[in-house]
Amino acid sequence: MKSKIRDILKTTARLPVDVATLADDADLYNAGLTSFGTVELMMALEEAFEVEFPDKMMNRRNFASVAAIENAIQSILSERV
Amino acid sequence: MCQNCQQQQGFLAELIDSGLLIDTGVDGLYGRSGLFEEVVARFDDLITRYGGQDGAEVARFPPAMNRQHFERSGYLKSFPQLAGTVHAFDGDERAHAQLLHDVADGVDWTAGQKSTDIVLTPAACYVLYPVVAKRGPVGKGGALFDLQSYCFRHEPSKDPARMQLFRMREYVRFGTPDQVTEFRAIWLERGQTMMASLGMPLEVDVANDPFFGRAGRMLANNQRDQRLKFELLIPIESVEKPTACLSFNYHQDHFGTTWGIKTEDGETAHTACVGFGMERVALALFKHHGFDVQKWPAAVRDVLWP
Repeated sequence: MKSKIRDILKTTARLPVDVATLADDADLYNAGLTSFGTVELMMALEEAFEVEFPDKMMNRRNFASVAAIENAIQSILSERV
Repeated sequence: MCQNCQQQQGFLAELIDSGLLIDTGVDGLYGRSGLFEEVVARFDDLITRYGGQDGAEVARFPPAMNRQHFERSGYLKSFPQLAGTVHAFDGDERAHAQLLHDVADGVDWTAGQKSTDIVLTPAACYVLYPVVAKRGPVGKGGALFDLQSYCFRHEPSKDPARMQLFRMREYVRFGTPDQVTEFRAIWLERGQTMMASLGMPLEVDVANDPFFGRAGRMLANNQRDQRLKFELLIPIESVEKPTACLSFNYHQDHFGTTWGIKTEDGETAHTACVGFGMERVALALFKHHGFDVQKWPAAVRDVLWP
């Protein structure tokens, strides 16, 4: 899942750094992720993983790193079951 | 004092019946009486008495801005539903004839309208950022501006406190994060003192802007989590949902980055603003003290008419 997240980051988040250089727990906001970048990232993730972020999960913390995004998506998928 | 608080739909009708507001047939678009304007002017003066000693540069713009600046500002990302753009006829004689036929037939006549270079100002400070950016880095002490403009937001409503064209006074601060957050903290205090002196029941709360769409929920949540926006709320149309009459906003480096505004040492400038809803404050005064200003509490009159 992490590599798919990284692919989406590369194409949608418009980070000024190479996503490959970022660790799974690296802070994406420190790496240049903007508010609108987060919105575009969320929409791309929703499409790719066929999930919908509920209101309570739409916050910076859930998009702060590759690991945080993975946790968020897994949490949404597990609640669906 | 506040005899009409239970009436949800009545206040607008009372304002129009009393002549304070003048109906135009469009929700949210009203004329103002001389008395209404007098109250707005007295409140405008009160703001200056609180903020005038800070040495702000005064600038007044017409209620419209450069379309290219508007496009670059990012407003369309956040609030496409609220924007008002100015279009004009740009056709030949044949198109003119068609236009007149369409108007006469009562069908849509706007298909041939072309966008102009002008967009209605959505918030008083939007015109300012490109102006400041063009001047180059702000000095060591940062920069401070005093603005007032009619602003447009496309949100027709029966709530008189939600007008489509209304005036916003603003102080806008540019500088380091410390400089602009200190400015906002000062105005959070000043704003409460000022409005309390007008006998207003008020509360201050964390708030968010009405960002568009579901994705906008995330922007709103982030804005609240980071406590970037506070509003001073006064009940006008509803006690349960009081109206934001002043707002205190920390934009972080959003406008500094968008416009390339730098501080003297080359860092991206941060910005903050305090906004005063002129009509909303006037409406709050009429709501809580009545339509006859001669009968307003003496203490309130002394503040507004010193």
